[in-house]
Amino acid sequence: MSKLPLLVTSSPHVHGGNSIPGIMNAVIWALLPGAAMGVMVFGWSALFVILITVAACMVTERLVNAIRSRPSTLPDNSAALTGLLLAMSLPPNSPWWVCVTGGFFAILLGKHLYGGLGYNMFNPALIARVFLLISFPVQLTSWPSPSPLMSGQAHSLAEGLALILSGPAGAPELLDALSSATPLGQYRTELGLGHTVAEALGGTYAFDLLSAATGMLKGSLGETSAILLTLGGLYLLRKGIITWHIPGAMLAGCLAPAAIFWYLDPTKYPDPLFHLVTGGLILGAFFMATDMVTSPISPVGQIVFGLGCGLLTYVIRTWGGYPEGVSFAIVIMNAAVPLIDQYSRPVVYGAQKSKA
Amino acid sequence: MGIMISALRRFHGGVHPKEYKELSRHCAIEGIPLPERLYVPFHQHIGAPCDPCVAPGEKVLKGQMIGRAGGYVSAPIHAPTSGTIEAIVEHVAGHPSGLTMLCAVLVPDGNDQWHPDLKGLVDPLDLEPQEIRDKIRDAGIVGLGGATFPSHVKLTPSKTRPVEVLLINGAECEPYLTCDARLMEERFAEITDGIRYMLHALQTTQCVVCIEDNKPGAIQAMTKAAKETRNIQVLALPVMYPQGAEKQLIEVVTGRQVPSGGLPGDIGVIVHNVGTALAVREAIRFGRPLTHRVVTVTGQGIARPANLEVPIGTPVQTLIDRCGGLKSGVKKVVMGGPMMGLALNDLQVPVVKGTSGILALMANETVQKPEGPCIRCGNCVRVCPLKLTPCEMAWRARHDLLDQLGDVHLQDCCECGTCAYVCPSNIPLVHYFRYGKFALAAQKREKEKTALTKSRSAAKEARVAAEKAEKERKKEEMRLAMEAKKKAAAAAPAPAGENQATTPPEEHAPAAARPGGSVAPRVAREKNTP
Ligand code: SF4
Ligand code: SF4
Repeated sequence: MSKLPLLVTSSPHVHGGNSIPGIMNAVIWALLPGAAMGVMVFGWSALFVILITVAACMVTERLVNAIRSRPSTLPDNSAALTGLLLAMSLPPNSPWWVCVTGGFFAILLGKHLYGGLGYNMFNPALIARVFLLISFPVQLTSWPSPSPLMSGQAHSLAEGLALILSGPAGAPELLDALSSATPLGQYRTELGLGHTVAEALGGTYAFDLLSAATGMLKGSLGETSAILLTLGGLYLLRKGIITWHIPGAMLAGCLAPAAIFWYLDPTKYPDPLFHLVTGGLILGAFFMATDMVTSPISPVGQIVFGLGCGLLTYVIRTWGGYPEGVSFAIVIMNAAVPLIDQYSRPVVYGAQKSKA
Repeated sequence: MGIMISALRRFHGGVHPKEYKELSRHCAIEGIPLPERLYVPFHQHIGAPCDPCVAPGEKVLKGQMIGRAGGYVSAPIHAPTSGTIEAIVEHVAGHPSGLTMLCAVLVPDGNDQWHPDLKGLVDPLDLEPQEIRDKIRDAGIVGLGGATFPSHVKLTPSKTRPVEVLLINGAECEPYLTCDARLMEERFAEITDGIRYMLHALQTTQCVVCIEDNKPGAIQAMTKAAKETRNIQVLALPVMYPQGAEKQLIEVVTGRQVPSGGLPGDIGVIVHNVGTALAVREAIRFGRPLTHRVVTVTGQGIARPANLEVPIGTPVQTLIDRCGGLKSGVKKVVMGGPMMGLALNDLQVPVVKGTSGILALMANETVQKPEGPCIRCGNCVRVCPLKLTPCEMAWRARHDLLDQLGDVHLQDCCECGTCAYVCPSNIPLVHYFRYGKFALAAQKREKEKTALTKSRSAAKEARVAAEKAEKERKKEEMRLAMEAKKKAAAAAPAPAGENQATTPPEEHAPAAARPGGSVAPRVAREKNTP
């Protein structure tokens, strides 16, 4: 009499409404101001880098779905996010084939080879960036000077496209912009030559903290605007997508040693603010290290992980073989996550007393 | 040393789902006409099932025992009304397995006549606590919050640790449900009366009634009632799920944690539901067993939500019909709350002692999305009130890594569903936990069985060995005796050395029996250890 088509599933029967696309979309929104600033500062070429990388990731994702005959995973937007993150960590004039190779590598080898979303050990965007840096060191370390849109040095849409499609040869008049180094690179090179921090960053290089914080400095496409990226991070914190543990610990892990060494010898070690606003520290702390799949699950584990990321970043920046260490630091800590997880499980309710 | 009662503490994690209490909050408790048939299951509690003590065709009176308790941790079953036992059959029941259960089918005679022998206690507070407990046991009272643990057991203070405080659980933290809130608003005096007997049974003087602050009416009513009774304090708690879970309530109110694998009594606290207090009062004052309970019938799929007081054994369909039937488009009917309740596929399932609600959920109220991969977001870890790592537990259960389930404390999980509520991938975590617990229990049974067979076969081997050794010994003895006879027949006095040479075999025999003898104690020890 009462044969209704009733749904019989396990409890709970209500759900809070969290979803994977919800999370991915929020992160994408949080990144967009920083990305837009990148386009503003470096010109149209940066926009093409973003578009090509995101497209490469999404096409690869769909292809892998097709090959594994699975339903499309494009709607979860994780591939688009990986593409955006990767693009933001690339130089703003990266040639198209660098973007495509990176996107392909990130999705295929960085994610699906492990079994797809949720199974990968390394942050796909970062592992792809590391792969690109090792494979194409020249392209990955060519830093154009800022040439803001609607300014005198700005290149046109067509020039930007040419730059990306056929390399610097496509727009020879923009070549002179490609010569100098990022602040972190400048600091390491000059220090190697026996100069002090003040000499390295002052003089003709004229490092200026305020313009660095707003994003007017050389560096990867999306990592330069410390202020907008921080705002994006705060948005994610507010929405509860990320918690303070990883970004807080990572910033502390990098800035604390920076402060100590700076205090000990300010001629050799730049101040913590310099470390904060240059390079990818903020992008890494709020958006890369917090990648859920590749970070620990418990708050204690997340703090350990964040501290490790920060500390390794500082060590690589100061003594390592590369001027920037954020990607390497996070990728190394990614590998330690299973171990961290195992030893940072919360103490179960009532457990302490049960031993008696 | 004393307990610091405070509403300022919090438990770890937790969530605050949309309450939906407004659907039935204002519905006063109402009775229903007697249904045509009641299906009273013989197993409605945690513990041993009952043995039927009536035969088909027998006439019974309201409150007459129809199922005898199957042990100490068990509770008898009574006829919810007077009538005839039509049959004792397997009938669909509210059990996760979807299996049937042995039920008494009772056709009411319409008189609703109490059994004349049912009498309350005179001056119960002057009686021995054990007499109070016996009365409660005989009334078949179990935890009415849903846990259905026999109440007389939980009213027995442990020998080693006196009870410091009795917590009366009126938190009702599950969304939708309002039956406890209505009970407190309407029957506050009866509840406080019941509490007095519970305090007496527990031989303690302090009681805290804990109510979430989304029930101002209940708080007000209970506070007023408590003023007239010494020892009872009312505590308003901020809303948070699963605050009404025993361990969380204790943590919030007393700041103590129940040891993992232990009981609340171990830390001097006992928790009972408000409905249980009311049932205790009925049993003590009037000798009336637990025959009815209040059920919240609600959800957006119900035409007219209500709080119904119904006889145990009433089919869910009857309740729904009473409330105007299901609206079209109902996706799910749940027995219990939305977080821990059971989805029904058959509405002939009867209401049992632990049924607090019947929810008819529309598509927009319930989960329907397919399960995705775990993205290790850690949401579940953050909200688990027992500080477990649900994602790791689910992963291990899913991959049958039973040996590793202990490392992640699966057995501590109370299946509150908080983790699954926040999972962005809609992973049915609780489903995996149930499976894991089930698999572990099966594994344990299997191990016990093999250990038993092993010990049996070892014992048999030992016996055989011992018998064999005994035979050899006898043979040897016989041989020796024969030899001695022969020698005696030879009439020559034997040299001492020869006699000695024949002794070793004799010594050998008990030595052979020894390993056999030592096997049995070792096996016995093996049986005890796991
Ligand atoms: S909430 Fe779900 S997706 Fe997130 S870690 Fe837990 S199980 Fe995995
Ligand atoms: S169901 Fe178990 S694991 Fe999940 S939150 Fe509740 S106690 Fe924790």
